[in-house]
Amino acid sequence: MAAQIFSAILVIIVGVGGCVAYFWGANKLLDLAFPSRGVAGRAAIDNLRRQGIVRPWLFVGPALLILTVYLIYPVVDTVRLSFMDRAGQNFVGLANYQWALGDREFRTSILNNFLWLAVVPAACTFLGLIIAVLTDKIWWGNIAKSLVFMPLAISFVGASVIWKFIYEYRAEGQTQIGILNAFIQYIGGTPQVWISIPFWNNFFLMVILIWIQTGFAMVILSSALRGIPEETIEAAVIDGANPFQIFWRIMVPQIWGTIAVVWTTITILVLKVFDIVLTMTNGQWNSQVLANLMFDWMFRGGGDFGRGAAIAVVIMLAVVPIMIWNIRQATRESGEGH
Amino acid sequence: MANTRGKSFIGRFGVHIAVLIFVAIWTIPTLGILVTSLRDKDQITVSGWWTALTSSTQTLAGRLPGAPAQVERDGKFVIEGNIFESGSGEVGAFGTRVQAPTQYAAGETAELNDGVTMQLNQDGSFVLTSPQAFEGDRGQRVYYSALQPPSFTTENYNTVLFSEGIGRSFLNSLTVTVPATIIPILIAAFAAYALAWMRFPGRALLIAAIIGLLVVPLQMSLIPLLKLYNGVGAFFGVPAKTYLGIWLAHTGFGLPFAIYLLRSYIAGLPREIMESARIDGASDFEIFVKIVLPLSFPVLASFAIFQFLWVWNDLLVAMVFLGSGSDQLVLTGKLNALLGSRGGDWEILATSAFVTIIVPLIVFFSLQRYFVRGLLAGSVKGG
Repeated sequence: MAAQIFSAILVIIVGVGGCVAYFWGANKLLDLAFPSRGVAGRAAIDNLRRQGIVRPWLFVGPALLILTVYLIYPVVDTVRLSFMDRAGQNFVGLANYQWALGDREFRTSILNNFLWLAVVPAACTFLGLIIAVLTDKIWWGNIAKSLVFMPLAISFVGASVIWKFIYEYRAEGQTQIGILNAFIQYIGGTPQVWISIPFWNNFFLMVILIWIQTGFAMVILSSALRGIPEETIEAAVIDGANPFQIFWRIMVPQIWGTIAVVWTTITILVLKVFDIVLTMTNGQWNSQVLANLMFDWMFRGGGDFGRGAAIAVVIMLAVVPIMIWNIRQATRESGEGH
Repeated sequence: MANTRGKSFIGRFGVHIAVLIFVAIWTIPTLGILVTSLRDKDQITVSGWWTALTSSTQTLAGRLPGAPAQVERDGKFVIEGNIFESGSGEVGAFGTRVQAPTQYAAGETAELNDGVTMQLNQDGSFVLTSPQAFEGDRGQRVYYSALQPPSFTTENYNTVLFSEGIGRSFLNSLTVTVPATIIPILIAAFAAYALAWMRFPGRALLIAAIIGLLVVPLQMSLIPLLKLYNGVGAFFGVPAKTYLGIWLAHTGFGLPFAIYLLRSYIAGLPREIMESARIDGASDFEIFVKIVLPLSFPVLASFAIFQFLWVWNDLLVAMVFLGSGSDQLVLTGKLNALLGSRGGDWEILATSAFVTIIVPLIVFFSLQRYFVRGLLAGSVKGG
């Protein structure tokens, strides 16, 4: 155990020290190779120009190397592997995708992912917006926001345990220790094993993600709401608009851009949702989703990399439109900026 | 915007109530785990955590003393005593058969076989009488429902930290998280500076690529990297699952966001400062180290918090790149394993869960300002 602490500290020192040494050393080396001081006029200018060409690459080099190894190469290789057999040895064409289309579990996952996509981003954005508006009107709004925001710091696994305890089931007539079933029993209903009711269990899992992510939506939207010019609201009040009209007709249209950002961010998160399903049901009772199915195939029976890769590619395909939209948005902005 | 229009008292009251309900929904689940982790483990199974402050009814079993304890009185043989060894508690009902543990109310006299009578009072005292002498060392079996006073304990924490292996996993989580948070910062900061303030061909393309990589699902990286790690491990004859491996993996997965966040902040620094420094003869390296880094402290802190929370809370990367032995199992992985092996033991699960979430919660509440700032910079800018 002591060895572990020691090695962790050593890594921090070596890692940070190594980074500093690289940046400082590479920079120094460049100055030595193309000296700009103490050299006669033209040569100095030439050397400065050469430095200017090389130096940016010294700065972005390490980042570029790591990004290539950990993201760019794997993305390309995953696409390649999705056309290969389970060990990644032989080309099998579209066999993995054909298998997926015919596989019951895969089709359930697709269906469930659509459900998640339809419900979670909408619920988070809607609830986040409501809470942002309401907390803006009261003196303890910041405390309330802070508490709603808190689950964002909790891991998906931790949140799953928290909610599993809420859904805890005891046979009818016994004392319920899960608060949901206790409530159901209190109002005279029958306690249920919530996470094993096919179809509806998806929603009980979604609640967990909504509980975590609403705070995110709330914070972003709250800041956008503060940016709305006072005059637009005052004008509406003078024109006799009621609070609902002000909210839907005046405030919401002015923050569409932010709503879109929140929505897409949560959408991407939903596509990757894995921990919640793994810990709550592990895909049983028709609650499977793509990310968990992919993880499952990575290791099932020694691992089927072809099928796992094919499922990953399907997730990726769903992300691509958002990716393109983001890039276009960003390049348009920087184009305006300069 | 808040006070631009007059509102009725009821309207304002309604807002307070609505917010209170939201706050309750968002805090009660976590509160449940915290309260449960502090309760006596027998009480957890018999009553809801929301009743933790009231007494709970438990059905218990016990055995009265046997023949050696009897005394003869008025021609009858009597055994007396108190069922509560500690002397505290309250009996609601009792019985002598497991099928009917609450057959008699407390204080009632039960007629047993052969003229034997038994009385168990509310305070736990009992009287057993018989016309004949009692025989045998084993006394009368008795079942009773007892009202237990609320009891809180930190014993659960002792159990999970030291015998369930959570303590070790806590250390493993720290081992993974701290280097994986620090290493990306410097690498990203240099790249961000270059992308913000240096002109070179391909810069726009690189920025676009980083924005693209921002949303690439982790799932796309896992299989090739797993193969790569296994390959490297086999080639050099070293284990494929190492801390070094996961540090680098988290660095790679965190870099796009780090560069994006840092670049947008560094690009917003005032141009005049950079230019006057350049006129004074400062090189890019000096400008970066002496001006940009100190000015960027807030955004570096924001990113550090994000990365810390993300790595600490991660389960997927740890499951793929670390082993499942006790020397490498992180808290999230351990909690997942406990869900499988200790499914219904809520004293273990609740306590472990709380240990898992306490560090992020502390980081979150103490550094919320930086966290929110990073969140706003990271997502609103793009749209």
